[in-house]
Amino acid sequence: MGVTLTVLSLIVLIPLSAVVLKAANQSPAEFWAVATSQRSLAAYRLSFGAAFVAAVINSIFGVLTAWALVRYEFPGKTLINALVDLPFALPTAVAGIALATLYAPNGWVGQFLTPLGIKAAYNPIGVTIALIFIGLPFVVRTIEPVLRDAAEDVEEAAASLGANRIDTILRIVLPALAPAWLTGFAMAFARGVGEYGSVIFIAGNMPYKSEIAPLLIIIQLEQFEYARAATIAVVMLAVSFTMLLVINAIQAWARRFD
Amino acid sequence: MAAVSHRKATDDPLWAKVLVVGTVMAFLALVLILPLIAVFAEALRKGLGVALEAIQNTDALAAIKLTLITAAISVPFNAAFGLCAAWAIAKHEFPGKPLLITLIDLPFSVSPVVAGLIYVLIFGLQGWFGEYLVDNDIKIIFAVPGIVLATVFVTFPFVARELIPLMQEQGTSEEEAAVSMGAGGLYTFWRVTAPNVRWGLMYGVLLCNARAMGEFGAVSVVSGHIRGLTNTMPLHVEILYNEYDFVGAFAVAALLCLLAVVTLVLKTAVEAAQPGMRGRSGH
Amino acid sequence: MTISIRSVEKKFGRYPALNKVDLEIKDGELLALLGPSGSGKTTLLRTIAGLEFPDAGQVLFDGQDVTFASAADRRVGFVFQQYALFKHMTVAKNIAFGLDVRKGKDKPSKAEIARRVDDLLKLVELDGLGKRYPSQLSGGQRQRVALSRALAVQPSVLLLDEPFGALDATVRKSLRKELRRVHDATGVTTIFVTHDQEEALELADRVAILNKGQIEQIGTPDQVHDTPETAFVCGFVGEANSFEGQVGGGQFTAGSLRLPAGGVREGSATAYVRPHDFVLDDGGFEVRIERAHVQGALTTVNAVAQDGRPIEISASRAEAARFQGTVKIAARKAHVYAA
Repeated sequence: MGVTLTVLSLIVLIPLSAVVLKAANQSPAEFWAVATSQRSLAAYRLSFGAAFVAAVINSIFGVLTAWALVRYEFPGKTLINALVDLPFALPTAVAGIALATLYAPNGWVGQFLTPLGIKAAYNPIGVTIALIFIGLPFVVRTIEPVLRDAAEDVEEAAASLGANRIDTILRIVLPALAPAWLTGFAMAFARGVGEYGSVIFIAGNMPYKSEIAPLLIIIQLEQFEYARAATIAVVMLAVSFTMLLVINAIQAWARRFD
Repeated sequence: MAAVSHRKATDDPLWAKVLVVGTVMAFLALVLILPLIAVFAEALRKGLGVALEAIQNTDALAAIKLTLITAAISVPFNAAFGLCAAWAIAKHEFPGKPLLITLIDLPFSVSPVVAGLIYVLIFGLQGWFGEYLVDNDIKIIFAVPGIVLATVFVTFPFVARELIPLMQEQGTSEEEAAVSMGAGGLYTFWRVTAPNVRWGLMYGVLLCNARAMGEFGAVSVVSGHIRGLTNTMPLHVEILYNEYDFVGAFAVAALLCLLAVVTLVLKTAVEAAQPGMRGRSGH
Repeated sequence: MTISIRSVEKKFGRYPALNKVDLEIKDGELLALLGPSGSGKTTLLRTIAGLEFPDAGQVLFDGQDVTFASAADRRVGFVFQQYALFKHMTVAKNIAFGLDVRKGKDKPSKAEIARRVDDLLKLVELDGLGKRYPSQLSGGQRQRVALSRALAVQPSVLLLDEPFGALDATVRKSLRKELRRVHDATGVTTIFVTHDQEEALELADRVAILNKGQIEQIGTPDQVHDTPETAFVCGFVGEANSFEGQVGGGQFTAGSLRLPAGGVREGSATAYVRPHDFVLDDGGFEVRIERAHVQGALTTVNAVAQDGRPIEISASRAEAARFQGTVKIAARKAHVYAA
């Protein structure tokens, strides 16, 4: 018990407080000026916006993937199941350069998008693509166990009450998955907001346009602007804590129905 | 009552199955499989010889060595902590338990860049201990200790979060039985508790190791990118890529891909050995 | 509505769950499917509901073939053992679901649905709980919700799969009465599955006894209890002493035991005697009384025959007082089945 608390404090809690103390070392006005500068705001917008869109896309494909893995038998299922965890196992920098190469205008995928007038790398779309890669397993792996444990008798009950398959899925199955779905969404979103490695290679990193918030912290650090770096970090930490609270609240809410 | 169908109430029509599986396959191919193939294809663009050369030059070898050292320190450390923490949480009752679990999970919610930043703020030149460290000629930031610290931080929860639910499920009855038969605390732990959680431990260590070897953001902040000295494999990939040495970058990346593939194969094997592990979410 | 099951067969893998089952269910009756686990009773119920489809044979509703009609098209009310309530919906929404999913002109107005839900809540004595969620109800209340949800669609037949299986003994008893009352009030043809013979005998108009995928006997509770047609029914329904022995010359013999066995094929046989069918009789065989204990208005007497076979006897308290030491007994009635 004592060991746990000591290690936790030394590795996690005290270091985290350092960033808050550093940011608090400025006057509120200074803090506010950095936290809400045009460049910072653009960076938050990109980080939050791209993370949100990626989480939405992952919610759709994630639930389909979980459904296929739990409910269907198909060739290659074991392989697909293992692959879903690739983003957990693959170093983010590797994912970053691979995605950048694929989706660059002359890349394997990008060359087909260019004639359509779609630019999928070195802009916010590229950031979103990287965050889809990073976030997918969060959604799949949160929904999958809930789907596997779900009793099929409620679906039979709905059918015996005259509901067709689409009504059963829309009104019974999916609402029952909602808490797990929201949790997976929130986890993918939280991870996406802070993601760095897979994003910077495909982002383009243009200030005000394709510069994510974590990159802004690094840029401030490289200019030895430690207080400014800490300020942006505090804003991001606040968002992380909020997401943690939201996830806990979703789970507490879901337990009410069990 | 006339409609004739042979399909059970919980079964989807064939067209729906084909559509869902097809969509999933297409999506995963685009997002997961293609990048994996791209890494190897780019690495081998100028032939296997060039790729092998790229991972055998001095800087690459130094990066591989540093990555292995980092993992060799942070993984056992976090495994030991994970066992301690899971033991303390699952086998004892105390107020504030949910809070403690949340705090252990905290590093997962923190951006890796922030994880690196906090150590710069403490041990960096302008940091809390900056002057003391300079006076005594101790280097933490832009040196190996900083890289290890940042890695420990980002991989902190992996083992603990696998073991906590596992140990909680198992309860305390087996331990109580062992203690009632006169077994000591440490003996009980090694003979009763540890064997029960060995699969969960392996699972956590596997994921912890993958992240430790692959961490980029946090390490990038504290490393200083000194070639041959403070470059881990992922950082080496970045440097080569930014220098337009694509074959070199992808050759080292391919090595990391192999690590990921081995991790996934072992993970699948652990799940096959212990079906209960399946679907637990790692990070 | 009448239901006809004709030569229905169903296998799960190599395991035959139903083996050429024939059954006629009369309009408005309350039928119990009684059998041990694995006897096929739930499979039969699910086949009637359209939740399973048979490998061979037919299911007819009022003479119309519905063998492969989907569950949604059959208009059956199905009550599951584990309730299968929709957790994320209130009690009222659960009950209204079957009406709510109807399309076009079949769908009742909102006011009509609300009125039906209220009526049903009253019928199962849950008025005022419409706004609760299933997680806020007790097991017995949840099963009542499941029952009224099934009734809401005015099903042509109500099917219940071990409806009281997950409930404790007291709740079980009161819900049994409730089901009988609801059945009598609505008059809907009702089939329920149970492994509890007491439940089947108390509640049903007729009982069908299943064993190994086949119907052993179907009849009123009196019939199956008093004139069991097969050894299995005799052993499964009601208490019985069972003996392995031989039939010869119209008599069953097992050690010192002698039982009447008119009309039974000669050779080895199994005999069953209800505990209350043993009476004191000087012409009978000898037993030693071991102990007696009170069971309600009756006394259960444990006796041992000369060859050591245990025998259970049930008698009124006054009569049981005469079972002392060593006595001679005979069976008023014995069910003997050739092996």
